[in-house]
Amino acid sequence: MLSDISAIDLARFQFAFTVSAHIIFPAFTIGLASYLAVLNGLWLWRREPAYLRLFDYWKTIFAVVFGMGVVSGIVLSYQFGTNWAVFSDKSGPVLGPLLGYEVLTAFFLEAGFLGIMLFGREKVGDRLHMMATAIVALGTLMSAFWILSANSWMQTPAGYGVNDVGQFVPEDWWAIIFNPSFPYRMVHMVLAAYLTTAFVVGGVGAWHLLRNRENQSAAIMFSMAMWMALIVAPIQIFAGDEHGINTLEFQPAKIAAMEGHFESFPEGGAPLILLGLPDDAAGETHYKLEIPYLGSLILTRSLSAPILGLDAFPEDERPKSALIFWTFRLMVAIGFAMMGLGLWSVWARWKGRLYTAPWLHRAAVVMGPSGFLAVLCGWITTEVGRQPYTIQGLLRTSDSVAPLQADAVSVSLLAFIVVYFFVFGSGTFYVMRLMGREPDHGVDIDHIGVVRAAGITPVAANPHAHHETSGD
Amino acid sequence: MEFDLPFIWAGLIAVAVLAYTLLDGFDLGIGILFPFLKDREERHLAMNTIAPVWDGNETWLVLGGGGLFAVFPLAYAIVMPGLYPLIIAMLLGLIFRGVAFEFVHRTKRMQAFWEFGFWGGSLIAAIAQGMALGALVQGITVEGRAYGGGNWDWLSPFSVLTGVALVVGYATLGATWLILKTEGETLARAQRFALPLGIALTALIGVVSLATPFLRPEYLARWFGWPSGIWSAIVPVLLALAIWQLWTGLRDHDQLRPFLATVAIFVLSFAGLGVSFYPYLVPPSLTIAEAAGPDSSLGFLLVGAVVLIPIILAYTGYSYWVFRGKVRPGDGYH
Ligand code: HDD
Ligand code: HEM
Ligand code: HEM
Repeated sequence: MLSDISAIDLARFQFAFTVSAHIIFPAFTIGLASYLAVLNGLWLWRREPAYLRLFDYWKTIFAVVFGMGVVSGIVLSYQFGTNWAVFSDKSGPVLGPLLGYEVLTAFFLEAGFLGIMLFGREKVGDRLHMMATAIVALGTLMSAFWILSANSWMQTPAGYGVNDVGQFVPEDWWAIIFNPSFPYRMVHMVLAAYLTTAFVVGGVGAWHLLRNRENQSAAIMFSMAMWMALIVAPIQIFAGDEHGINTLEFQPAKIAAMEGHFESFPEGGAPLILLGLPDDAAGETHYKLEIPYLGSLILTRSLSAPILGLDAFPEDERPKSALIFWTFRLMVAIGFAMMGLGLWSVWARWKGRLYTAPWLHRAAVVMGPSGFLAVLCGWITTEVGRQPYTIQGLLRTSDSVAPLQADAVSVSLLAFIVVYFFVFGSGTFYVMRLMGREPDHGVDIDHIGVVRAAGITPVAANPHAHHETSGD
Repeated sequence: MEFDLPFIWAGLIAVAVLAYTLLDGFDLGIGILFPFLKDREERHLAMNTIAPVWDGNETWLVLGGGGLFAVFPLAYAIVMPGLYPLIIAMLLGLIFRGVAFEFVHRTKRMQAFWEFGFWGGSLIAAIAQGMALGALVQGITVEGRAYGGGNWDWLSPFSVLTGVALVVGYATLGATWLILKTEGETLARAQRFALPLGIALTALIGVVSLATPFLRPEYLARWFGWPSGIWSAIVPVLLALAIWQLWTGLRDHDQLRPFLATVAIFVLSFAGLGVSFYPYLVPPSLTIAEAAGPDSSLGFLLVGAVVLIPIILAYTGYSYWVFRGKVRPGDGYH
C-alpha cells in the first residue's frame, strides 16, 4: 500500500508537517512576548490596573502557547539528523554553529527567565520582573535571528568552501550569518510575528467588545491592535516587496514559479498574473487574469529589463509552480486585507466609533487567525520554491536524505500526525477557551472576594491574584 | 601544545549531556513517580517543584543535540538514523510531558488524562534515553559516511538493561529532589521511595558495569589494562562512597545529602562511561577526531560557549535561587 511511496517523500512530508506545526507557535510567541513586555511597562509607568489585568490575561495564554512551541521545536532539532542525515553531515559545519548560538543566546535566555516572568512577580519585585519579561522578549527575537540566518543561508549560501569529504566549511562567518537574503527574511518574519499577534489580540478584543462594549480591557487591546495593523501592515507589504526583489536576484526560478511565468520576457514587459491555473506538466498557466506590464514594474521597477521564466532553467532545476503560485497570492491578499482593516479602524477612530462599530469588530474577529495562515503560506512559498534543492544550487533534496526505510518513517509519520493533532489541537482549544474569558474577569473573583458589577468600573487591582482558569 | 578543538568540544558536549541527565533527570523522575504519590494535590505539588525550571533543564538536551550537529556533524548524521525509533519515542514522550505542565490546569474533564500523559511521557522519554545509551555503548554500524545497520539494531538485552537502569536512576533523583523541596507527609513518602530505589539503582549499576567491559574487547582492555586500568580501581571506590552517603543521608533524615549523593552517583557512572568510550565518539568505528567538523566551525562556536555558558549557569542559578526553599500547596505555579 505504502510501497510506492518512497522513504524520501515520507521524510519530506514529515519534516514539512512538523516544521509547519512548530512555526505557528513562535509566530505567536515572538509577538506576544513583546506585547507582554509593553503591557508590563505600561502598568509600571501608569499604574493603571487595566494593564496589569491585560498582562495577566495574556500571560496565561503565553505560557500555554510557549510550552507547545518548546516541545515542537525540540522535535525539529533532532529531525535534521533523523531525516536528513546527509544534509546534516554536509551542512553541519555551517548551520550547526548557528543553531548552537541560538541555543546559547536565545533558548537558555528564554528558559532562564520564563519562570520568573510567569511566577515570580512577588518574589523578585516589579523591577526585576520587568527585566525578566523584557529578556524573554529579547530571547524570542534572538531565536528568530539565528534560525532565520540558518534558513536564509540555505536559500542564498555565502561565505563557505567545500572540503575533501564534501562538507561545506565556513570561511567567512560574517558572510554566512548576514547572507544576502537574511536581512529581508529577518525583517519580514519579525513583522509577520508582530502582525500575527496583533490580529489575535485585536480579534479577541473585538469579540469581547461585541459582547460588552463597556469592557475596558477589551477596548484597550482592540485599540492597540488596530494601531499595529495600521502601521505595521503597510511596512510589511513594503518589506515583502523588497524581499521579492532580493529573491529575483538570487533565486529567479523561485520567482518565476511564484508568478506562474513559464516563458521568459527577454525584453521585459511581463504582466502580473493575478489569477490563473499553473500547469507544471504542460508548462503554461491556464485561464490567466493578468495586468499587462505590472509584473515587470513590481519586480524590476522598469518596463524593459528582462525577466526569466521557468523555461530559462533546465527541467530538473525548476520548482513546481502549482502550489506556491497560490500560497503566495493568499499571503499577499492577507497582507492587503490587514492593511485594509487598519485603514477602516483609523476611520472609525476618527469618527469616534472605534469601540461601537460592530461590523468593524466582526471583521476583526474573522481576521483574528489570518496571520497564522499568511505565515504558513509564506513559508510554503519559500521552502517549496527552493526545490529541488535543500541548499540552493548546492545540495539536492534527493541527496539530503537519511538511509531510512519507508516503513520506519511511515510509522513515525503517522505517530507525529496523530499526536500533533491531538496534543496541539487540545492546546488550541484551551487557548481559545482562555481567550473566551472576559478580560476583566481575568483575576480570580472568588480568590479576592470581589464580585464585579456590570459596567465600566474595573475590579480593584490585586497584584497577588493568581489565575484559576480551569473549568469545563 | 596547541588547542585540540575536537577534544575540548567532546568534553563540553559530555558536560552538556551530563547536565541534562542531572537536571532533566529529577524532572523526569518526578514524572515517573507520579502514580505513586498520594492524591491529586500531592501530584500537583510535586509538579510545582519543577514548573519554573523544567524548560531550562530541557534546553540542555537541545544544546546536546545542537552541539553534536555543530561540532560532530558526522556523528550526528550517523547516530540519529541509527537510533531512529528511540529518538522519535523520546520526542513524542517529551511532547506529552512538556505540555502537561500547562494543560493539567486548563481543563477539569481531561485533567486525569494529562496527568497520565505526564507520567507516560516521562517514562517513555527515560526508557528511550537509557536504551539509546545502551545501544551506543554496544556500538553502531557505520558504512562509509552513513549509518549502515538495520531498523532494529538498537534493541538488545543490554539496551533494555540500561533503559531500566536509567528509569530507576531518574526516579531516585526525583525522590531525593522531593525530599529537598517538600515537607510533611510528602517528604516522608519521598524518603520511603528513595531507599528501595537507591538499592535497585546500586544493583543495576553493578550489573551494567560488569556487562560493559565484555561487550567489546576495547572496553575490556581499557578497564583491566594498564595504565587506564587505574580507573577500574578509582571509579568503583568513589561510587561506593557516594552510595554510602545516599544510605546514611536517608538514614539520618538529612534533606540535602541524599540528592547530592544521587547526583554524585550519576556523575561517577557517567565518568565510567567516558572511560569506556574514549577516544571513540561512536564506538566502534568513529573517533572524536574523525567525527569533528572543521576547526573554523569548532573555534567559532567555542568562543561563544566559553563566554556564554558561565553566564547561562549564573542566571540559571539565580532562577533556582528565586524559587528556592520548600514548595507548599497553593503556591500556584500555573
Ligand atoms: C503575517 C504574515 C505575512 C504577511 C501579511 C505577508 N507575508 Fe510574505 N512571508 C511571510 C509572512 C507574511 C513569512 C511567513 O514570514 C515568510 C516566509 C519566509 C519569510 O522570511 O517570510 C514570507 C515570505 C515571503 C516571500 C518569499 C521570499 C523567499 O523565500 O524568497 C515574499 C516574496 C513575500 N513574503 C512577499 C510578501 C508580500 C509582497 C506581502 C504583502 C502584500 C507579504 N509577503 C505579506
Ligand atoms: C518554520 C518555518 C518553516 C516552514 C513552515 C518550513 C516548511 C518547509 C516545507 C513545507 C518543506 C518541504 C518542502 C518540500 O519538500 O517540498 C521544508 C523543507 C525543508 N526545510 Fe523548511 N520550513 C521552515 C523553516 C525551516 C528552517 C528555519 C530550516 C533550517 C534551518 C528549514 C530546513 C528545511 C529542510 C532541511 C527541508 C528538507 C528538504 C526539503 O524538502 O526541502 N526549514 N520546509
Ligand atoms: C527547522 C527549523 C527550526 C528548528 C530546528 C527549531 C528549533 C527549536 C527548538 C529546539 C525550540 C525549543 C527551545 C527550548 O527548549 O526552549 C524552539 C523554540 C522556538 N523557536 Fe524554533 N526551530 C525552527 C524554526 C523556527 C523558526 C523559523 C522560528 C522563527 C522565525 C523559530 C523561533 C522559535 C522561538 C521564538 C522559540 C521559543 C519558543 C516559542 O516561542 O514557542 N523557530 N525552536
